[in-house]
Amino acid sequence: MSTTAVPVTPLESPEDHTELLGEELDRIRAEIVAARGAQDARYIRTVIAAQRGLETGGRAALAVSLFPPAWLAGTAMLTTAKILENMELGHNILHGQWDWMGDPAIHSTTWEWDFLTPADAWKHTHNHLHHTYTNVVGLDRDLGYTILRMSPDQPWHPVHLLQPLYTALLAPVFEWGIALYDLEADALPSGRKSARAFLGDLAGLARKAVRQAAKDYVLFPLLAGPSALPCLVGNVTANGLRNIWAHTVIFCGHFPGDVQTFSYEEEQLEGETRGQWYLRQIQGSANIEGGYLLHILTGNLSHQIEHHVFPDLPSNRYSELAPRVREICARHGITYVSGSLWRQYVSMWGRVLRHSVPDGSREP
Amino acid sequence: MPVLRAPTPSMPSARSLAALLGFADRLAEWGSGRVPTVAGRIASALVNPLASPLAPDDYFGLIDPLLSARHPAGRVVAVRPECAGAATLEIRPGRGWAGHRAGQYLPVGVEIDGVRHWRTYSITSPPEAPGRTLTITVKAEPGGRVSPHLVHRTRCGTVLRLGPAQGEFTLPEDPLPPRMLMVTAGSGITPVAGMLRTLAGRRFSGPAPDVVLLHSAPGPDEFLFRAELAGLAARLPWLSVHARYTRTAGRLVPEHMGVLCPDWYDRETWACGPDGLLDAMSRHWAAAGAGERLRVERFRLTPVLPQDSDAPGGRVRFEHSGVEADASAGVPLLETGEAAGVVMPYGCRRGICFGCLVPLVHGRVRDLRTGELHGEPGELIQTCVNGAAGPLALAL
Repeated sequence: MSTTAVPVTPLESPEDHTELLGEELDRIRAEIVAARGAQDARYIRTVIAAQRGLETGGRAALAVSLFPPAWLAGTAMLTTAKILENMELGHNILHGQWDWMGDPAIHSTTWEWDFLTPADAWKHTHNHLHHTYTNVVGLDRDLGYTILRMSPDQPWHPVHLLQPLYTALLAPVFEWGIALYDLEADALPSGRKSARAFLGDLAGLARKAVRQAAKDYVLFPLLAGPSALPCLVGNVTANGLRNIWAHTVIFCGHFPGDVQTFSYEEEQLEGETRGQWYLRQIQGSANIEGGYLLHILTGNLSHQIEHHVFPDLPSNRYSELAPRVREICARHGITYVSGSLWRQYVSMWGRVLRHSVPDGSREP
Repeated sequence: MPVLRAPTPSMPSARSLAALLGFADRLAEWGSGRVPTVAGRIASALVNPLASPLAPDDYFGLIDPLLSARHPAGRVVAVRPECAGAATLEIRPGRGWAGHRAGQYLPVGVEIDGVRHWRTYSITSPPEAPGRTLTITVKAEPGGRVSPHLVHRTRCGTVLRLGPAQGEFTLPEDPLPPRMLMVTAGSGITPVAGMLRTLAGRRFSGPAPDVVLLHSAPGPDEFLFRAELAGLAARLPWLSVHARYTRTAGRLVPEHMGVLCPDWYDRETWACGPDGLLDAMSRHWAAAGAGERLRVERFRLTPVLPQDSDAPGGRVRFEHSGVEADASAGVPLLETGEAAGVVMPYGCRRGICFGCLVPLVHGRVRDLRTGELHGEPGELIQTCVNGAAGPLALAL
């Protein structure tokens, strides 16, 4: 890295650190933007080809899935295809990570994904609300998805005693949970969302849900003829495993115990500097350590910190960015939460359990 | 005389696949909004949901980009050098290609280092039967990004994206006017070459139209298609070609018409060349009361502003809402639009969520985060982090 702005005076205050952090991260961002090119384009097209190949292969195998090895192979291929489709393709393309290619077929405005919630609804709640207000209590609805209590700053209700149970139940039906969550029914009473907008979104979801369910639970099983039942079971399994995996990756990216939450007012965020915003993104996210395969299957959300710092940079660049961001954090004394999948998973569950009961100091 | 079009055998793999996919062909045609057969409609109603949320087309396009109907593409099958820094690309269009009329231009999407750039080039080949090739002739602009790439670094097998053929600078439908005049300069010859080749290949039931071509070029070496056009003129009694070499004879001005083509006033005229020539011709024809007999085609180049952060903003036009507003360079277009009362799509207002994208119709914008100038027609602009760099129009 060519650092030109090394300060000659010692840093006086945390504010100085934060602004320097912002400048350093901005420089890294500019470097990657300038370096994006044919190799990145080839990467995303390869993933797309692999995903569609796996999906085609999986569907074909499940069409003859009365034969048990075909069921196993088909379900494995379809599950992998759906995971790639949601994580490395859908999530990242809808973030605009590949818009720079100018390819209308791989663009945030045209992409629709194999997931229940329509791309438009998700881009609003995820790209806009979650990525803008990351881990700010009361503003980032992803902080517990309106049903879980993940921070001591969130008020406790007796229903939270059950949250370990419904967290576990949510995992296999995660896409339904996200789809309902994206409707933002909780915003109706306050008037933040109009009834008309809500009904429009509900109709959009219903249309998508019919197409999704028809494909996986009616059309493909019917086409499988004698293999209809194993095909149906294979499709249900693939969707369920994909849901559990997505739930795991997302919860491990924001809810391990060391990840901070913030209790800012919206007005405070108005004046947030670039450095402060970067700092909040880093402190509100957690990485999962692992090999190449893990990174691909998580859609590189194993680099959740880098993703939150640079949500619109191509995902294949996160692994090269991670050591640099980590080094910058170490230099500025900023906690960089990172650990194995197993460690983050256990830590995340600790948080779910810990906040299901009222805090001693804050009991009403 | 160079051969105009040597029919090139098609890529066998692509052709046999296309045949295999004949059934799917009809589906995708239905999907792309063309008139379906009843069988195609029923079949597509059954097959399209299986690929949801994609279309069958997305899978065919992976096998061969030419099989995609939704994102039409063509494969370069020959690159022939023409005079001085120009080359003719022969392109076999894929399934999505809807054909063209003589004189129209073609939007071509060229991928350079992962990024697709769109430019338009006149089609120099006659309208084709389905499955045949088309040609464009590109002159490498010094310092340009796309044209030197097409001329010098494009090989057989390169896939180009194709937009639908566009433009009204075309040969009229039958009957043709009895007397026609073509005035061209430089690469302005390209759309007219397409028209002349079309006329040359046509069998006229009645008398052929009388056609005069007046072409300006710096010298004979820069006269695109010179040998071929001279050959056509020698073979076809109804065509005469006059070259004016400006290096020795000076520029063509409309006042020369009386000598070069005494009956210019009565001829249906097509003109394509630099703005100066076209403006002078428009004035001359209008002054003579012949304005409605003159058709002009301009090659517009997006003006590139200097990389100067103090560059002024410009007037922004919102095409669909009919609103215009002054924009200062440092103000995001999103705020300019909202202040002017346009209902703008918006999102995070920080350049993160890509909720505020609006297609640019023309002009340039400046990324307020980096100071970088960018913007090509059709490009989606993040209005929350881009300001105006000169006058521009947004499709909103």
